[in-house]
Amino acid sequence: MKKSALFQFAERKYPYRKLKNVLILSTLYLSAMLAVTFLGAVFAYVVMRGVPGLSLSFLTELPKPVGEEGGGMANALLGSLELVFLASSLGIVWGVMVGVYLSEFGREKMASSVRFATELLNSVPSIVIGVFVYVILVKPLKTFSTLAGAVALGVLMVPTIARTTEEILKMMPVHFREAGLALGIPRWKVILKVVVRGSIPGITTGVILAVARVAGETAPLLFTALNNRFWQFGLFEPIASLPVQIYTYAISPFEEWHTQAWAGALILVLFVFAINLCTRVLLAKRSQ
Amino acid sequence: MVDHNSELVLETKGLKAYFGDNLAVRGVDFKVHSNSVTAIIGPSGCGKSTFIRCLNRLHEEVPGARAEGSVRLKDQDIYAKDMDPVMVRRQIGMVFQKANPFPGMTIFENVVAGLKLAGIRKKSFLEETAERSLTHAALWDEVKNKLHQPATSLSGGQQQRLCIARTLAIDPPVLLMDEPTSALDPISTSKIEELILQIKKHVTIVIVTHNMQQAARVSDYTAFFLLGELVEFDETSKMFTVPKDKRTEQYVTGKFG
Amino acid sequence: MNLLQYSPRTHTPIAIPQTTWRIGNLATFIRKHLLQSPGMRFGDKFFLFLARLAGFSVILLLALILVYLVYASLPAIQKFGVSFLYTSTWDPVREVFGALPVIYGTLVTSFLALFIAGPIGVGIALFLNELAPKRVAIVAGFLIEMLAAIPSVVFGLWGIFVLAPFLRESFQPWMIDTLGFIPLFEGPAYGVGKFASGLILALMIIPTISSITKEIFKTIPAHQREAAIALGGTRWEVMKISVLKASRSGIFGALFLGLGRALGETMAVTMVIGNRAQIMPSLFSPAQTMASVIANEYAEATSDIHMAALAEVGLVLFGVTFLINFAARILIHRMGRSQNA
Repeated sequence: MKKSALFQFAERKYPYRKLKNVLILSTLYLSAMLAVTFLGAVFAYVVMRGVPGLSLSFLTELPKPVGEEGGGMANALLGSLELVFLASSLGIVWGVMVGVYLSEFGREKMASSVRFATELLNSVPSIVIGVFVYVILVKPLKTFSTLAGAVALGVLMVPTIARTTEEILKMMPVHFREAGLALGIPRWKVILKVVVRGSIPGITTGVILAVARVAGETAPLLFTALNNRFWQFGLFEPIASLPVQIYTYAISPFEEWHTQAWAGALILVLFVFAINLCTRVLLAKRSQ
Repeated sequence: MVDHNSELVLETKGLKAYFGDNLAVRGVDFKVHSNSVTAIIGPSGCGKSTFIRCLNRLHEEVPGARAEGSVRLKDQDIYAKDMDPVMVRRQIGMVFQKANPFPGMTIFENVVAGLKLAGIRKKSFLEETAERSLTHAALWDEVKNKLHQPATSLSGGQQQRLCIARTLAIDPPVLLMDEPTSALDPISTSKIEELILQIKKHVTIVIVTHNMQQAARVSDYTAFFLLGELVEFDETSKMFTVPKDKRTEQYVTGKFG
Repeated sequence: MNLLQYSPRTHTPIAIPQTTWRIGNLATFIRKHLLQSPGMRFGDKFFLFLARLAGFSVILLLALILVYLVYASLPAIQKFGVSFLYTSTWDPVREVFGALPVIYGTLVTSFLALFIAGPIGVGIALFLNELAPKRVAIVAGFLIEMLAAIPSVVFGLWGIFVLAPFLRESFQPWMIDTLGFIPLFEGPAYGVGKFASGLILALMIIPTISSITKEIFKTIPAHQREAAIALGGTRWEVMKISVLKASRSGIFGALFLGLGRALGETMAVTMVIGNRAQIMPSLFSPAQTMASVIANEYAEATSDIHMAALAEVGLVLFGVTFLINFAARILIHRMGRSQNA
């Protein structure tokens, strides 16, 4: 068969294209492997260096001064729980309400500005939120406080929760709403009792992921909740938290504190991974 | 009108196509003569699109899909082990149901995209080929003054002719067309039918269509597919006047489909 | 909003004094946007009001953040004026503050991160969406998203005790020996510094870039890829001409979002940047970023002017991330539109 000159030219060039193809495809493989490797490296170190520091006293005791053996992060663990709980009660209600507004009244004029503001709020660095809360709460109250820390974390939760809530409510088919409205049920009741209640599993997922995210937040707590070496959990007192404690210990020059920092990091990472894994599995199951 | 002495360009033997475990094309023997237009007709879901996508090894790109049997392009078996699908597709071009110019590129870049892939950089050659291909695709006069505008600025019919030009530019001996006019208005359709009759001087065409009038207007041979099988294959004039198979007769007379 | 009213006599626009239109317009705004709910039952009206209030509160919150940041930084703005942005002395003891070193540190580390994470992130997205078998894509995608879930402080811990020692003892001495004649790679090898921060930031923004880019690639219809396959493109060429070319603006948007995240990232950087507000050419030298200087000094700042200067750094950071994200949204939005066309 006679081949055209054009085809012959293409045939001659083809080996180079094949080589380029193979080279580039392998770099794509490598880039994915690289990222997974680093994840593995970080996780492996956290486990390796964290396990030696874990003990019952780590979970149950207060920090000890430098030089003394033992001591733990019990107050920081409880403090983190308290901060996250308070932040959630602010962030969930607020965030879900914004999500409801965006999904149910999303075609109003104001809604696009709200959506945009939510996205921008999501991108505000958390340290800036910290400065903001410092100015509005810490300075007037003249004390670092649990309240300030919780507000900072709560504000961080709002955009994440609002966005997932909006997405999830929008997945609810229109005829559910119409069925309710056709029965003469007031719209607000339809929204709350049909739309929101029916979407609670999905909203919960979004909420849990937001909680997992703020549980590891450190920057906005540095000068709102500050830190505390004692059993103090009052709303208007500084409070210890796991991430801040990890940070404080990590940048200290003491070997035994470093060990404690790794142990704290291990707990934090396990918590975050467990939550992500569970929600992912649940989501996958429900979508099947 | 039909030249019986013309050589065979494309020939399939026992061609089967699967989607996972589903057999979509059930062993088809099929011949295409050079410089002819062969139409493939049949009701939707009869496997005609799947069949034509096996001819340039596009079918296997769908996840889970595979093909069996042999397809010969002149003296080469395109399903041979040492055959590279990329080089198969350089010789067997394809135009799709939905016009699919590359959205990030200008009209000119679209036409020469295939040549550039082949490694041709010479500007004068690219420009000559672009003009020739666009002329063959009956589009040159409409776009010669805006070659460097985005391809997406063209109308649907123009975009489809641009896709034809883009395929003609790599000078394939065979051109496959998968319902190329089904998304177009009647005027655009007739333009494309005209150009098919023009370009068959240079290229052998296999066209899938659900429009029997179109098959009658443009093709020399017609194949009728039903449920993944080739029911009848003949010269178009015979097929539409004296079909041999009962099912063909029913289909071409509009009894079902 | 209606800033102008028309004079009844001359029918020419006259400006209303600032204070009046502000209050007047806020009232109009509330009436128009929060209370307007024609022909509804009381329950519905009330619910709509609450929902709108929640929505409006987000806008208000964003505005309040801006207002309070400006308020808190007023002393610094008054004292240093614009020179704050381009002078390079950051000295809490003498109470002289110029933000250039921290702006410089932020830009260098963020762009270094973007430089590394950009190609890798886009590569991962291509791998996940175009190359990997479905199961591999699901598992790898999940693992890469887990990378995004690791708290910043843990990255910082890893940075201090694993990455920085490795850089100090192995990588940097070798680089300084071979490429040390270039100012960018001058010694000495500290370990901590801009280079370490850039690496950690890259690790942190890879998932951001790859997941957004992946979503963009998903919007490209299959027939675009088939066009390139049918033209005789190799796997890579198909990706290049049908996927990458078509999503250029979306990819830029994803890169911008990654950059935005890198700019504001605090803890990990604070722990490995070396905390020295200086402008040195070498990537291996310690530095300070906008976020890290706030994290390091805000809780311990004693003088008002020091606090104000830090707040102003926060204001600049807010402004920069705001602009970057704004640009990113526009790019991604434009991409969405051109796909629909």
